[in-house]
Amino acid sequence: MSFIAAFVWSYFLWLVLTAGSKGMLWSPQELIAGLLFSAIVGYATRNIIGEKASRFLNPVKWVLFIAYAPVLFWGMTRANLDVAYRVITGKIRPGIVRVPVNLDNDAQYTILGNSITLTPGTLTIEACPEEKALYVHWINIPEGLEWPESSEPVSGPFEKWARRLGE
Amino acid sequence: MIEYVIMIFLAISVTFNMLGSIALHRFPDVYTRLHGATKCTTFGTIFATFAVILHAIVRLKETGNPKYLQMALHSAVALLALLLTNPVGAHAIAKASHMSGYLPKRAVVDAYLEKRREKRNE
Repeated sequence: MSFIAAFVWSYFLWLVLTAGSKGMLWSPQELIAGLLFSAIVGYATRNIIGEKASRFLNPVKWVLFIAYAPVLFWGMTRANLDVAYRVITGKIRPGIVRVPVNLDNDAQYTILGNSITLTPGTLTIEACPEEKALYVHWINIPEGLEWPESSEPVSGPFEKWARRLGE
Repeated sequence: MIEYVIMIFLAISVTFNMLGSIALHRFPDVYTRLHGATKCTTFGTIFATFAVILHAIVRLKETGNPKYLQMALHSAVALLALLLTNPVGAHAIAKASHMSGYLPKRAVVDAYLEKRREKRNE
């Protein structure tokens, strides 16, 4: 199963990278070479990707990822206006806070950690799945939020999204 | 008309990349500098890529030359790779500097330091 997932995704990437080799489509040489190289990549990485590889082929997940893109982009826009304001005025109140989160597997921690890094004023320093917490550097901690009780003030809607995407 | 949209995208891109560089000078320590270096440059580069993709689509419609299709697709792939690797790199730098004893300056709270102290005392 992990071979098939890796194969499909490498072939997809190959098709994207070689589009336009014959008119707007693909020349047969490119298609055959792509099959060969995707098979090599799939075989070489079959033990690395692991058993849950089938979730990469789930169309519901793709739709969710596409729906997630505008949410992330809006978060990034706010983050950048916020950082721009702090760069110009120099008003910061930095610190590292412990954020308790309620997630189950590594994929969810990866998605949430990366989303937090890309969004307002926060930078993930460490993820601790064993104590269900993220350590986040926050550039402007509001008064009274030095020890947040939930991830809501730090990550907004992203914990919900991460749980849905990484199942 | 579409040229002005491309120009606006490029202007946004340059502005945010410049702010990211200024952040490197203004902020006091490595963590706050990483905020500027990751967020502003990612956002700026996204808009630069949008400008490239838009330009490629316009040229593709005008000329029908498949090399513009390749240009748009390759830029999109580069954008995805950037979005995946930039936060991971920032996380690695931040964690490594905390591990090697470079603590955040002017910090009001440092939960990670307390956690590491507890771990050492156990």
